[in-house]
Amino acid sequence: MTDPVHLHDGAVAIDGRPILRGIDLTVRTGDFLALMGANGSGKSTLVRALTGLLPLTTGTLELFGTPITDFDQWSRLGYVPQRAGAGSGVPASVWEIVAAGRLGRRRLFRPLSKADRAAIADALDVVGLAHRSRDSIARLSGGQQQRVLIARALAGEPEMLLLDEPTAGVDLVNQQALAATLAELGSRGSTIVLVAHELGPLAPLVSRAVLMRDGRIVRDGTPLADHGLPPAHHHHHEHADHPHDHGHAVRLSSPIEGGVG
Amino acid sequence: MSLHEILTLPFMQRALIAAVFIGLAAPAVGTYLVQRRLALMGDGIGHVAVTGVALGLLTGTSPTWTAVVVAVLGAVAIEVIRERGITNGDVALALLFYGGLAGGVLVAGLAGSGAATLQSYLFGSITTIDVTDVVVTMVLAAIVVLTCVGLAPQLFAVAQDQDFARVAGLRVRAYNILIAVLAAVSVTVAMRTVGLLLVSALMVVPVATAQQLTRSFRTTLTAAMALGVTASLGGLLVAAFAPPGADVMPGPTIVLLALAGFVVTWPIGAWLRRRQRLTAPFPADAGVPPLDHVDTEAHPHDHGPDCGHVAVRHGDHVDYVHGAHRHAAHGEHYDEH
Repeated sequence: MTDPVHLHDGAVAIDGRPILRGIDLTVRTGDFLALMGANGSGKSTLVRALTGLLPLTTGTLELFGTPITDFDQWSRLGYVPQRAGAGSGVPASVWEIVAAGRLGRRRLFRPLSKADRAAIADALDVVGLAHRSRDSIARLSGGQQQRVLIARALAGEPEMLLLDEPTAGVDLVNQQALAATLAELGSRGSTIVLVAHELGPLAPLVSRAVLMRDGRIVRDGTPLADHGLPPAHHHHHEHADHPHDHGHAVRLSSPIEGGVG
Repeated sequence: MSLHEILTLPFMQRALIAAVFIGLAAPAVGTYLVQRRLALMGDGIGHVAVTGVALGLLTGTSPTWTAVVVAVLGAVAIEVIRERGITNGDVALALLFYGGLAGGVLVAGLAGSGAATLQSYLFGSITTIDVTDVVVTMVLAAIVVLTCVGLAPQLFAVAQDQDFARVAGLRVRAYNILIAVLAAVSVTVAMRTVGLLLVSALMVVPVATAQQLTRSFRTTLTAAMALGVTASLGGLLVAAFAPPGADVMPGPTIVLLALAGFVVTWPIGAWLRRRQRLTAPFPADAGVPPLDHVDTEAHPHDHGPDCGHVAVRHGDHVDYVHGAHRHAAHGEHYDEH
Protein backbone atom coordinates (compact mmCIF):
# COMPACT_ATOMS: atom_id res chain seq x y z
CA MET A 1 0.00 0.00 0.00
CA THR A 2 1.32 3.43 -0.90
CA ASP A 3 1.93 5.98 1.83
CA PRO A 4 -0.72 8.71 2.11
CA VAL A 5 1.95 11.41 2.19
CA HIS A 6 5.48 11.35 0.92
CA LEU A 7 7.23 14.71 1.02
CA HIS A 8 10.88 14.88 0.07
CA ASP A 9 13.08 17.95 0.62
CA GLY A 10 10.04 20.23 0.62
CA ALA A 11 10.35 24.00 0.87
CA VAL A 12 7.59 26.60 0.93
CA ALA A 13 7.90 30.33 0.50
CA ILE A 14 5.05 32.79 0.99
CA ASP A 15 5.41 35.98 -1.03
CA GLY A 16 9.10 35.23 -1.56
CA ARG A 17 9.81 34.72 2.13
CA PRO A 18 11.06 31.21 2.89
CA ILE A 19 8.90 29.59 5.56
CA LEU A 20 9.64 25.84 5.35
CA ARG A 21 12.99 24.36 4.33
CA GLY A 22 14.28 20.84 3.89
CA ILE A 23 11.17 19.02 5.04
CA ASP A 24 11.18 15.23 4.69
CA LEU A 25 7.97 13.68 5.93
CA THR A 26 6.34 10.37 5.20
CA VAL A 27 2.96 9.67 6.71
CA ARG A 28 2.10 5.98 6.78
CA THR A 29 -1.35 4.46 6.68
CA GLY A 30 -2.79 4.36 10.17
CA ASP A 31 -0.46 6.99 11.61
CA PHE A 32 -1.90 9.31 14.24
CA LEU A 33 0.54 12.12 13.75
CA ALA A 34 0.69 15.39 15.68
CA LEU A 35 2.54 18.34 14.15
CA MET A 36 3.71 20.44 17.03
CA GLY A 37 5.73 23.57 17.60
CA ALA A 38 5.65 27.21 18.56
CA ASN A 39 3.63 29.93 16.86
CA GLY A 40 5.32 30.64 13.55
CA SER A 41 7.25 27.37 13.51
CA GLY A 42 5.54 26.47 10.25
CA LYS A 43 3.24 23.65 11.31
CA SER A 44 0.10 25.13 9.78
CA THR A 45 2.07 26.06 6.66
CA LEU A 46 3.19 22.46 6.37
CA VAL A 47 -0.31 21.07 6.66
CA ARG A 48 -1.51 23.57 4.03
CA ALA A 49 1.34 22.49 1.77
CA LEU A 50 0.33 18.85 2.22
CA THR A 51 -3.18 19.68 0.97
CA GLY A 52 -1.84 21.53 -2.06
CA LEU A 53 -3.20 24.87 -0.82
CA LEU A 54 0.35 26.21 -0.77
CA PRO A 55 2.68 25.27 -3.63
CA LEU A 56 6.13 23.86 -2.91
CA THR A 57 8.99 26.04 -4.11
CA THR A 58 11.26 23.00 -4.22
CA GLY A 59 10.94 19.34 -3.38
CA THR A 60 8.46 16.66 -4.33
CA LEU A 61 5.15 15.81 -2.72
CA GLU A 62 3.25 12.62 -3.42
CA LEU A 63 -0.22 11.93 -2.07
CA PHE A 64 -1.20 8.25 -2.14
CA GLY A 65 1.65 7.63 -4.56
CA THR A 66 0.62 10.34 -7.05
CA PRO A 67 2.61 13.57 -7.52
CA ILE A 68 0.53 16.49 -6.19
CA THR A 69 0.42 18.13 -9.64
CA ASP A 70 -1.38 15.09 -11.08
CA PHE A 71 -3.37 14.23 -7.96
CA ASP A 72 -7.13 14.25 -8.43
CA GLN A 73 -8.51 11.76 -5.90
CA TRP A 74 -9.42 14.55 -3.51
CA SER A 75 -12.12 12.53 -1.78
CA ARG A 76 -9.37 10.44 -0.15
CA LEU A 77 -8.38 13.58 1.78
CA GLY A 78 -10.41 15.22 4.52
CA TYR A 79 -9.29 18.71 5.44
CA VAL A 80 -10.37 20.58 8.56
CA PRO A 81 -9.19 24.17 8.28
CA GLN A 82 -8.71 26.45 11.25
CA ARG A 83 -12.08 27.57 12.44
CA ALA A 84 -12.37 31.11 11.20
CA GLY A 85 -15.02 31.36 8.58
CA ALA A 86 -17.71 29.14 10.03
CA GLY A 87 -20.11 32.04 9.79
CA SER A 88 -20.82 33.96 6.61
CA GLY A 89 -23.12 36.64 5.29
CA VAL A 90 -26.06 34.27 4.88
CA PRO A 91 -27.30 31.76 7.47
CA ALA A 92 -26.21 28.17 6.87
CA SER A 93 -27.45 25.17 8.78
CA VAL A 94 -25.16 22.62 10.38
CA TRP A 95 -26.49 19.99 7.98
CA GLU A 96 -25.68 22.17 4.95
CA ILE A 97 -22.10 22.71 6.06
CA VAL A 98 -21.60 19.00 6.63
CA ALA A 99 -23.27 18.19 3.29
CA ALA A 100 -20.57 20.27 1.57
CA GLY A 101 -18.19 17.48 2.60
CA ARG A 102 -19.78 15.22 -0.03
CA LEU A 103 -18.86 17.53 -2.92
CA GLY A 104 -15.70 15.63 -3.77
CA ARG A 105 -17.88 12.60 -4.50
CA ARG A 106 -20.84 14.28 -6.23
CA ARG A 107 -21.36 15.02 -9.91
CA LEU A 108 -22.62 18.37 -11.14
CA PHE A 109 -26.37 19.03 -11.24
CA ARG A 110 -27.18 15.78 -9.40
CA PRO A 111 -29.23 15.64 -6.21
CA LEU A 112 -27.85 13.95 -3.11
CA SER A 113 -27.94 10.17 -3.29
CA LYS A 114 -29.00 7.87 -0.48
CA ALA A 115 -25.35 7.12 0.21
CA ASP A 116 -24.61 10.86 0.46
CA ARG A 117 -27.39 11.36 3.01
CA ALA A 118 -26.27 8.35 5.01
CA ALA A 119 -22.69 9.59 5.13
CA ILE A 120 -23.81 13.06 6.26
CA ALA A 121 -26.00 11.59 9.01
CA ASP A 122 -23.19 9.28 10.10
CA ALA A 123 -20.68 12.13 10.25
CA LEU A 124 -23.05 14.20 12.41
CA ASP A 125 -23.53 11.20 14.68
CA VAL A 126 -19.80 10.64 15.10
CA VAL A 127 -19.26 14.21 16.32
CA GLY A 128 -22.39 14.03 18.48
CA LEU A 129 -24.24 16.91 16.84
CA ALA A 130 -27.04 15.10 15.03
CA HIS A 131 -29.58 16.88 17.24
CA ARG A 132 -28.31 20.29 16.09
CA SER A 133 -28.33 19.55 12.36
CA ARG A 134 -31.13 22.01 11.56
CA ASP A 135 -29.67 24.86 13.61
CA SER A 136 -27.79 27.73 12.08
CA ILE A 137 -24.03 27.23 12.49
CA ALA A 138 -23.75 30.70 14.00
CA ARG A 139 -25.79 29.53 17.00
CA LEU A 140 -23.20 26.93 18.03
CA SER A 141 -20.32 27.44 20.42
CA GLY A 142 -16.75 27.54 19.16
CA GLY A 143 -16.06 23.94 20.13
CA GLN A 144 -19.23 22.75 18.47
CA GLN A 145 -18.41 24.68 15.29
CA GLN A 146 -15.06 22.93 15.26
CA ARG A 147 -16.81 19.58 15.50
CA VAL A 148 -19.08 20.59 12.58
CA LEU A 149 -16.00 21.24 10.44
CA ILE A 150 -14.68 17.81 11.39
CA ALA A 151 -18.02 16.25 10.48
CA ARG A 152 -17.83 18.01 7.11
CA ALA A 153 -14.47 16.37 6.43
CA LEU A 154 -15.76 13.00 7.68
CA ALA A 155 -18.80 13.16 5.40
CA GLY A 156 -16.46 12.70 2.45
CA GLU A 157 -15.33 9.36 3.95
CA PRO A 158 -11.64 10.21 3.57
CA GLU A 159 -8.75 7.84 4.16
CA MET A 160 -6.64 10.58 5.66
CA LEU A 161 -7.79 13.44 7.82
CA LEU A 162 -5.73 16.65 8.07
CA LEU A 163 -6.73 18.94 10.94
CA ASP A 164 -5.31 22.42 11.41
CA GLU A 165 -5.38 23.35 15.12
CA PRO A 166 -8.61 21.52 15.94
CA THR A 167 -8.24 22.21 19.65
CA ALA A 168 -7.46 25.94 19.42
CA GLY A 169 -10.00 27.94 21.39
CA VAL A 170 -11.95 24.82 22.35
CA ASP A 171 -12.77 24.17 26.00
CA LEU A 172 -11.85 20.97 27.80
CA VAL A 173 -15.25 19.30 27.49
CA ASN A 174 -15.29 19.86 23.74
CA GLN A 175 -11.66 18.77 23.48
CA GLN A 176 -12.67 15.50 25.14
CA ALA A 177 -15.56 15.10 22.69
CA LEU A 178 -13.07 15.76 19.90
CA ALA A 179 -10.65 13.19 21.28
CA ALA A 180 -13.43 10.60 21.45
CA THR A 181 -14.28 11.30 17.80
CA LEU A 182 -10.67 11.00 16.68
CA ALA A 183 -10.16 7.84 18.73
CA GLU A 184 -13.13 6.31 16.96
CA LEU A 185 -11.68 7.25 13.56
CA GLY A 186 -8.25 6.00 14.50
CA SER A 187 -9.71 2.64 15.49
CA ARG A 188 -11.41 2.46 12.09
CA GLY A 189 -7.95 2.67 10.52
CA SER A 190 -8.02 6.29 9.33
CA THR A 191 -4.74 8.14 8.97
CA ILE A 192 -4.79 11.33 11.00
CA VAL A 193 -2.48 14.33 10.81
CA LEU A 194 -3.22 17.19 13.14
CA VAL A 195 -1.61 20.47 14.06
CA ALA A 196 -1.67 21.25 17.76
CA HIS A 197 -0.11 23.60 20.23
CA GLU A 198 -0.72 21.23 23.06
CA LEU A 199 -2.32 17.83 22.94
CA GLY A 200 -4.42 17.82 26.09
CA PRO A 201 -6.94 14.96 25.90
CA LEU A 202 -5.53 13.95 22.50
CA ALA A 203 -2.19 12.90 24.00
CA PRO A 204 -3.01 9.20 24.52
CA LEU A 205 -4.09 8.85 20.89
CA VAL A 206 -0.98 10.24 19.24
CA SER A 207 1.35 7.57 17.89
CA ARG A 208 3.85 9.95 16.37
CA ALA A 209 4.83 13.51 17.25
CA VAL A 210 6.66 15.73 14.77
CA LEU A 211 8.13 18.83 16.35
CA MET A 212 8.77 21.86 14.18
CA ARG A 213 10.91 24.84 14.88
CA ASP A 214 11.64 27.78 12.63
CA GLY A 215 10.38 26.04 9.51
CA ARG A 216 12.21 22.76 9.99
CA ILE A 217 11.43 19.41 11.56
CA VAL A 218 13.58 19.04 14.67
CA ARG A 219 12.15 15.84 16.09
CA ASP A 220 10.09 12.99 14.70
CA GLY A 221 9.16 10.03 16.84
CA THR A 222 6.96 8.71 19.57
CA PRO A 223 5.40 11.36 21.77
CA LEU A 224 7.19 12.09 25.01
CA ALA A 225 5.61 10.79 28.16
CA ASP A 226 4.76 14.19 29.64
CA HIS A 227 1.64 15.34 27.78
CA GLY A 228 3.53 14.88 24.52
CA LEU A 229 5.15 18.26 24.21
CA PRO A 230 8.89 17.88 23.84
CA PRO A 231 11.00 20.88 24.82
CA ALA A 232 12.00 23.01 21.87
CA HIS A 233 14.33 25.45 23.56
CA HIS A 234 16.94 23.66 25.62
CA HIS A 235 18.15 26.80 27.30
CA HIS A 236 14.82 27.12 29.02
CA HIS A 237 15.80 24.28 31.28
CA GLU A 238 18.61 26.37 32.67
CA HIS A 239 16.08 28.76 34.15
CA ALA A 240 15.28 27.09 37.41
CA ASP A 241 12.58 29.63 38.19
CA HIS A 242 10.61 28.84 35.02
CA PRO A 243 10.60 25.07 34.98
CA HIS A 244 7.48 24.81 32.79
CA ASP A 245 8.11 27.72 30.46
CA HIS A 246 8.61 26.08 27.09
CA GLY A 247 7.87 29.29 25.26
CA HIS A 248 5.38 27.58 22.97
CA ALA A 249 3.00 26.04 25.44
CA VAL A 250 0.54 28.89 25.05
CA ARG A 251 -2.80 27.90 26.50
CA LEU A 252 -5.44 28.50 23.91
CA SER A 253 -8.29 26.83 25.71
CA SER A 254 -10.77 29.31 27.00
CA PRO A 255 -13.25 28.61 29.76
CA ILE A 256 -15.80 30.89 28.10
CA GLU A 257 -16.06 28.88 24.91
CA GLY A 258 -18.47 26.25 26.08
CA GLY A 259 -20.89 28.79 27.47
CA VAL A 260 -23.10 29.06 24.40
CA GLY A 261 -25.18 26.19 23.20
CA MET B 1 -58.77 51.05 -15.19
CA SER B 2 -59.44 47.55 -13.90
CA LEU B 3 -56.88 44.85 -13.29
CA HIS B 4 -58.25 42.91 -16.22
CA GLU B 5 -57.83 45.85 -18.58
CA ILE B 6 -54.26 46.40 -17.41
CA LEU B 7 -53.38 42.75 -17.87
CA THR B 8 -54.61 42.77 -21.46
CA LEU B 9 -52.36 45.66 -22.50
CA PRO B 10 -49.51 44.11 -24.51
CA PHE B 11 -46.83 46.40 -23.07
CA MET B 12 -48.02 45.54 -19.58
CA GLN B 13 -47.89 41.83 -20.31
CA ARG B 14 -44.32 42.17 -21.52
CA ALA B 15 -43.43 44.15 -18.43
CA LEU B 16 -45.00 41.57 -16.12
CA ILE B 17 -43.12 38.71 -17.73
CA ALA B 18 -39.84 40.60 -17.45
CA ALA B 19 -40.59 41.48 -13.83
CA VAL B 20 -41.14 37.83 -12.88
CA PHE B 21 -37.91 36.65 -14.45
CA ILE B 22 -35.83 39.48 -13.05
CA GLY B 23 -37.43 39.13 -9.64
CA LEU B 24 -36.23 35.52 -9.58
CA ALA B 25 -32.76 36.00 -11.07
CA ALA B 26 -31.47 39.04 -9.17
CA PRO B 27 -31.92 37.67 -5.62
CA ALA B 28 -30.62 34.24 -6.70
CA VAL B 29 -27.21 35.72 -7.54
CA GLY B 30 -27.57 38.23 -4.74
CA THR B 31 -27.69 35.44 -2.15
CA TYR B 32 -24.19 34.30 -3.14
CA LEU B 33 -22.91 37.89 -3.19
CA VAL B 34 -24.26 38.52 0.31
CA GLN B 35 -22.83 35.20 1.49
CA ARG B 36 -19.36 36.35 0.39
CA ARG B 37 -19.92 39.80 1.87
CA LEU B 38 -19.86 41.38 -1.57
CA ALA B 39 -23.28 42.98 -1.27
CA LEU B 40 -22.16 46.08 -3.15
CA MET B 41 -20.69 44.17 -6.07
CA GLY B 42 -23.97 44.43 -7.98
CA ASP B 43 -23.85 48.18 -7.49
CA GLY B 44 -20.29 48.30 -8.83
CA ILE B 45 -21.18 46.24 -11.87
CA GLY B 46 -24.17 48.52 -12.44
CA HIS B 47 -21.94 51.58 -12.56
CA VAL B 48 -19.52 49.90 -14.97
CA ALA B 49 -22.41 48.81 -17.18
CA VAL B 50 -23.34 52.47 -17.75
CA THR B 51 -20.26 52.71 -19.94
CA GLY B 52 -21.46 49.65 -21.81
CA VAL B 53 -24.85 51.22 -22.47
CA ALA B 54 -23.21 54.44 -23.66
CA LEU B 55 -20.90 52.51 -26.00
CA GLY B 56 -23.98 50.84 -27.46
CA LEU B 57 -25.63 54.23 -28.01
CA LEU B 58 -22.44 55.62 -29.57
CA THR B 59 -21.89 52.72 -31.97
CA GLY B 60 -25.54 52.18 -32.77
CA THR B 61 -25.54 48.57 -31.53
CA SER B 62 -27.99 47.24 -28.97
CA PRO B 63 -27.12 48.77 -25.57
CA THR B 64 -28.20 45.55 -23.88
CA TRP B 65 -25.44 43.53 -25.50
CA THR B 66 -22.70 46.12 -25.11
CA ALA B 67 -23.77 46.44 -21.47
CA VAL B 68 -23.53 42.67 -21.00
CA VAL B 69 -20.00 42.62 -22.45
CA VAL B 70 -18.72 45.60 -20.45
CA ALA B 71 -20.44 44.42 -17.25
CA VAL B 72 -18.89 40.96 -17.55
CA LEU B 73 -15.45 42.50 -18.09
CA GLY B 74 -16.01 44.80 -15.10
CA ALA B 75 -17.21 41.94 -12.91
CA VAL B 76 -14.19 39.80 -13.76
CA ALA B 77 -11.93 42.77 -13.03
CA ILE B 78 -13.61 43.22 -9.64
CA GLU B 79 -13.18 39.50 -8.92
CA VAL B 80 -9.48 39.63 -9.85
CA ILE B 81 -8.93 42.66 -7.62
CA ARG B 82 -10.67 40.82 -4.80
CA GLU B 83 -8.79 37.56 -5.28
CA ARG B 84 -5.40 39.19 -5.46
CA GLY B 85 -6.20 40.83 -2.16
CA ILE B 86 -4.78 44.09 -3.47
CA THR B 87 -4.42 46.47 -0.57
CA ASN B 88 -7.35 48.79 -0.24
CA GLY B 89 -9.42 46.59 -2.50
CA ASP B 90 -12.47 48.69 -1.69
CA VAL B 91 -10.71 51.82 -2.94
CA ALA B 92 -9.75 50.02 -6.15
CA LEU B 93 -13.38 49.00 -6.55
CA ALA B 94 -14.56 52.55 -5.93
CA LEU B 95 -12.24 53.80 -8.70
CA LEU B 96 -13.77 51.25 -11.06
CA PHE B 97 -17.32 52.30 -10.09
CA TYR B 98 -16.78 56.00 -10.64
CA GLY B 99 -14.76 55.43 -13.80
CA GLY B 100 -17.62 53.38 -15.20
CA LEU B 101 -20.29 55.94 -14.36
CA ALA B 102 -18.33 59.00 -15.49
CA GLY B 103 -17.18 57.26 -18.66
CA GLY B 104 -20.72 56.23 -19.43
CA VAL B 105 -22.18 59.70 -19.02
CA LEU B 106 -19.36 61.21 -21.09
CA VAL B 107 -19.64 58.70 -23.93
CA ALA B 108 -23.44 59.02 -23.95
CA GLY B 109 -22.98 62.76 -24.39
CA LEU B 110 -20.60 62.18 -27.32
CA ALA B 111 -23.18 59.87 -28.83
CA GLY B 112 -25.61 62.76 -28.79
CA SER B 113 -28.14 60.88 -26.69
CA GLY B 114 -30.23 63.04 -24.50
CA ALA B 115 -30.33 62.64 -20.73
CA ALA B 116 -33.72 60.98 -21.10
CA THR B 117 -32.26 58.05 -23.05
CA LEU B 118 -29.57 57.38 -20.50
CA GLN B 119 -32.01 57.87 -17.67
CA SER B 120 -34.17 55.01 -18.96
CA TYR B 121 -31.20 52.75 -18.34
CA LEU B 122 -30.17 54.34 -15.05
CA PHE B 123 -33.62 54.11 -13.47
CA GLY B 124 -35.38 51.59 -15.67
CA SER B 125 -38.31 51.80 -18.06
CA ILE B 126 -39.89 48.41 -17.92
CA THR B 127 -43.06 49.47 -19.72
CA THR B 128 -41.20 50.39 -22.91
CA ILE B 129 -39.46 47.08 -23.57
CA ASP B 130 -40.25 45.29 -26.83
CA VAL B 131 -40.72 41.62 -27.62
CA THR B 132 -37.04 41.02 -28.37
CA ASP B 133 -36.08 42.52 -25.01
CA VAL B 134 -38.53 40.24 -23.25
CA VAL B 135 -37.14 37.15 -24.96
CA VAL B 136 -33.55 38.14 -24.15
CA THR B 137 -34.57 38.83 -20.55
CA MET B 138 -36.31 35.48 -20.22
CA VAL B 139 -33.42 33.48 -21.68
CA LEU B 140 -30.66 35.21 -19.70
CA ALA B 141 -32.62 35.20 -16.44
CA ALA B 142 -33.47 31.52 -16.88
CA ILE B 143 -29.77 30.71 -17.37
CA VAL B 144 -28.91 32.66 -14.21
CA VAL B 145 -31.60 30.97 -12.11
CA LEU B 146 -30.83 27.45 -13.35
CA THR B 147 -27.12 27.91 -12.68
CA CYS B 148 -27.65 29.41 -9.24
CA VAL B 149 -30.03 26.65 -8.17
CA GLY B 150 -28.44 23.73 -10.03
CA LEU B 151 -24.90 24.46 -8.89
CA ALA B 152 -26.03 25.55 -5.41
CA PRO B 153 -23.99 22.90 -3.53
CA GLN B 154 -20.77 23.89 -5.31
CA LEU B 155 -21.36 27.66 -5.23
CA PHE B 156 -22.37 27.46 -1.56
CA ALA B 157 -19.23 25.52 -0.59
CA VAL B 158 -16.92 27.86 -2.49
CA ALA B 159 -18.47 30.95 -0.95
CA GLN B 160 -18.55 29.40 2.52
CA ASP B 161 -14.96 28.15 2.79
CA GLN B 162 -12.57 28.53 -0.14
CA ASP B 163 -9.77 26.47 1.38
CA PHE B 164 -12.02 23.55 2.10
CA ALA B 165 -13.59 23.74 -1.36
CA ARG B 166 -10.15 23.71 -2.99
CA VAL B 167 -9.03 20.65 -1.03
CA ALA B 168 -12.34 18.99 -1.95
CA GLY B 169 -11.14 19.29 -5.54
CA LEU B 170 -13.44 22.14 -6.66
CA ARG B 171 -12.08 24.66 -9.13
CA VAL B 172 -12.56 27.60 -6.86
CA ARG B 173 -11.40 30.29 -9.25
CA ALA B 174 -13.73 29.07 -11.99
CA TYR B 175 -16.68 29.20 -9.62
CA ASN B 176 -15.71 32.67 -8.40
CA ILE B 177 -15.58 33.96 -11.97
CA LEU B 178 -18.87 32.19 -12.69
CA ILE B 179 -20.57 34.11 -9.88
CA ALA B 180 -19.08 37.37 -11.15
CA VAL B 181 -20.35 36.67 -14.67
CA LEU B 182 -23.79 35.66 -13.39
CA ALA B 183 -23.94 38.89 -11.38
CA ALA B 184 -23.00 40.91 -14.46
CA VAL B 185 -25.65 39.19 -16.56
CA SER B 186 -28.34 39.78 -13.91
CA VAL B 187 -27.40 43.44 -13.66
CA THR B 188 -27.80 43.98 -17.37
CA VAL B 189 -30.98 41.95 -17.50
CA ALA B 190 -32.44 43.95 -14.64
CA MET B 191 -31.37 47.32 -15.96
CA ARG B 192 -34.54 47.68 -18.04
CA THR B 193 -36.70 47.06 -14.97
CA VAL B 194 -35.21 48.85 -12.00
CA GLY B 195 -32.30 50.58 -13.72
CA LEU B 196 -28.55 50.24 -13.32
CA LEU B 197 -28.37 52.45 -10.25
CA LEU B 198 -31.02 50.52 -8.36
CA VAL B 199 -30.41 46.97 -9.57
CA SER B 200 -28.21 46.11 -6.61
CA ALA B 201 -31.18 46.70 -4.33
CA LEU B 202 -33.14 43.93 -6.00
CA MET B 203 -30.13 41.62 -5.57
CA VAL B 204 -29.48 42.38 -1.92
CA VAL B 205 -32.63 43.61 -0.17
CA PRO B 206 -34.69 40.41 -0.61
CA VAL B 207 -31.75 38.42 0.78
CA ALA B 208 -31.41 40.73 3.76
CA THR B 209 -35.13 40.38 4.38
CA ALA B 210 -35.16 36.59 4.02
CA GLN B 211 -32.28 35.99 6.41
CA GLN B 212 -34.11 37.77 9.21
CA LEU B 213 -36.23 34.65 9.53
CA THR B 214 -34.18 31.79 8.07
CA ARG B 215 -31.63 29.41 9.54
CA SER B 216 -30.37 27.65 6.43
CA PHE B 217 -28.88 28.71 3.13
CA ARG B 218 -31.41 26.92 0.98
CA THR B 219 -34.43 28.51 2.64
CA THR B 220 -32.72 31.90 2.41
CA LEU B 221 -32.17 31.43 -1.32
CA THR B 222 -35.75 30.29 -1.91
CA ALA B 223 -37.31 32.96 0.26
CA ALA B 224 -35.19 35.69 -1.34
CA MET B 225 -36.35 34.64 -4.80
CA ALA B 226 -39.99 34.62 -3.67
CA LEU B 227 -39.58 38.07 -2.12
CA GLY B 228 -37.86 39.33 -5.28
CA VAL B 229 -40.77 38.26 -7.47
CA THR B 230 -43.28 39.71 -5.03
CA ALA B 231 -41.49 43.05 -4.96
CA SER B 232 -41.00 43.35 -8.71
CA LEU B 233 -44.55 42.31 -9.61
CA GLY B 234 -46.03 44.35 -6.78
CA GLY B 235 -44.01 47.45 -7.65
CA LEU B 236 -45.04 47.21 -11.27
CA LEU B 237 -48.73 46.88 -10.40
CA VAL B 238 -48.59 49.70 -7.85
CA ALA B 239 -47.08 51.92 -10.51
CA ALA B 240 -49.72 50.84 -13.03
CA PHE B 241 -52.57 51.59 -10.65
CA ALA B 242 -51.24 54.99 -9.68
CA PRO B 243 -53.89 57.70 -10.07
CA PRO B 244 -53.80 59.46 -13.42
CA GLY B 245 -51.53 62.46 -13.39
CA ALA B 246 -49.13 60.96 -10.83
CA ASP B 247 -46.03 59.74 -12.63
CA VAL B 248 -45.05 56.71 -10.53
CA MET B 249 -41.96 55.02 -12.01
CA PRO B 250 -41.96 51.21 -11.63
CA GLY B 251 -38.19 50.93 -10.89
CA PRO B 252 -38.07 52.96 -7.69
CA THR B 253 -41.45 51.58 -6.63
CA ILE B 254 -40.11 48.02 -6.87
CA VAL B 255 -37.07 48.92 -4.77
CA LEU B 256 -39.11 50.78 -2.16
CA LEU B 257 -41.50 47.85 -1.91
CA ALA B 258 -38.57 45.48 -1.34
CA LEU B 259 -37.24 47.82 1.35
CA ALA B 260 -40.66 47.99 2.97
CA GLY B 261 -40.52 44.20 3.24
CA PHE B 262 -37.24 44.50 5.10
CA VAL B 263 -38.56 47.20 7.42
CA VAL B 264 -41.50 44.98 8.34
CA THR B 265 -39.39 41.84 8.79
CA TRP B 266 -36.47 43.25 10.69
CA PRO B 267 -38.23 43.76 14.04
CA ILE B 268 -39.60 40.21 13.85
CA GLY B 269 -36.10 38.89 13.17
CA ALA B 270 -34.62 40.96 15.97
CA TRP B 271 -37.30 39.70 18.38
CA LEU B 272 -36.73 36.07 17.31
CA ARG B 273 -32.96 36.37 17.73
CA ARG B 274 -33.36 37.91 21.17
CA ARG B 275 -35.81 35.20 22.16
CA GLN B 276 -33.48 32.45 20.92
CA ARG B 277 -30.61 33.95 22.86
CA LEU B 278 -32.64 34.18 26.07
CA THR B 279 -33.99 30.64 25.88
CA ALA B 280 -30.77 28.91 24.78
CA PRO B 281 -30.11 26.14 27.33
CA PHE B 282 -27.66 26.93 30.11
CA PRO B 283 -24.55 24.77 29.81
CA ALA B 284 -24.69 21.67 31.97
CA ASP B 285 -21.61 19.56 31.49
CA ALA B 286 -21.31 16.19 33.13
CA GLY B 287 -17.62 16.78 33.77
CA VAL B 288 -18.17 19.93 35.79
CA PRO B 289 -19.03 19.48 39.48
CA PRO B 290 -22.23 21.22 40.60
CA LEU B 291 -22.00 24.45 42.49
CA ASP B 292 -22.82 24.54 46.17
CA HIS B 293 -26.47 24.17 47.07
CA VAL B 294 -27.94 27.63 47.62
CA ASP B 295 -31.61 28.15 48.56
CA THR B 296 -33.39 31.23 47.34
CA GLU B 297 -34.78 33.50 50.00
CA ALA B 298 -38.44 33.00 50.81
CA HIS B 299 -40.09 33.02 47.44
CA PRO B 300 -43.75 34.01 47.30
CA HIS B 301 -44.17 33.11 43.67
CA ASP B 302 -44.67 29.76 41.93
CA HIS B 303 -42.74 29.45 38.69
CA GLY B 304 -44.57 27.70 35.86
CA PRO B 305 -45.15 27.74 32.13
CA ASP B 306 -47.27 30.90 32.33
CA CYS B 307 -45.53 32.78 35.14
CA GLY B 308 -43.95 35.25 32.73
CA HIS B 309 -40.38 34.42 33.67
CA VAL B 310 -38.24 33.04 30.88
CA ALA B 311 -37.85 29.27 31.25
CA VAL B 312 -34.45 27.94 30.15
CA ARG B 313 -33.43 24.32 29.94
CA HIS B 314 -30.48 23.50 32.20
CA GLY B 315 -29.36 19.88 31.93
CA ASP B 316 -32.23 17.69 33.20
CA HIS B 317 -34.41 20.50 34.60
CA VAL B 318 -35.60 24.04 33.91
CA ASP B 319 -34.25 27.29 35.35
CA TYR B 320 -36.53 30.31 35.58
CA VAL B 321 -34.82 33.64 34.96
CA HIS B 322 -35.89 35.89 37.81
CA GLY B 323 -34.21 39.26 37.51
CA ALA B 324 -30.51 38.49 37.52
CA HIS B 325 -31.11 35.11 39.22
CA ARG B 326 -31.80 31.62 37.97
CA HIS B 327 -34.34 29.70 40.03
CA ALA B 328 -34.59 25.92 39.81
CA ALA B 329 -37.30 24.00 41.62
CA HIS B 330 -35.94 21.74 44.36
CA GLY B 331 -38.59 19.99 46.44
CA GLU B 332 -40.65 22.68 48.18
CA HIS B 333 -38.27 25.56 47.51
CA TYR B 334 -36.16 27.05 44.74
CA ASP B 335 -32.39 26.76 44.38
CA GLU B 336 -30.14 29.46 42.98
CA HIS B 337 -28.46 28.04 39.87
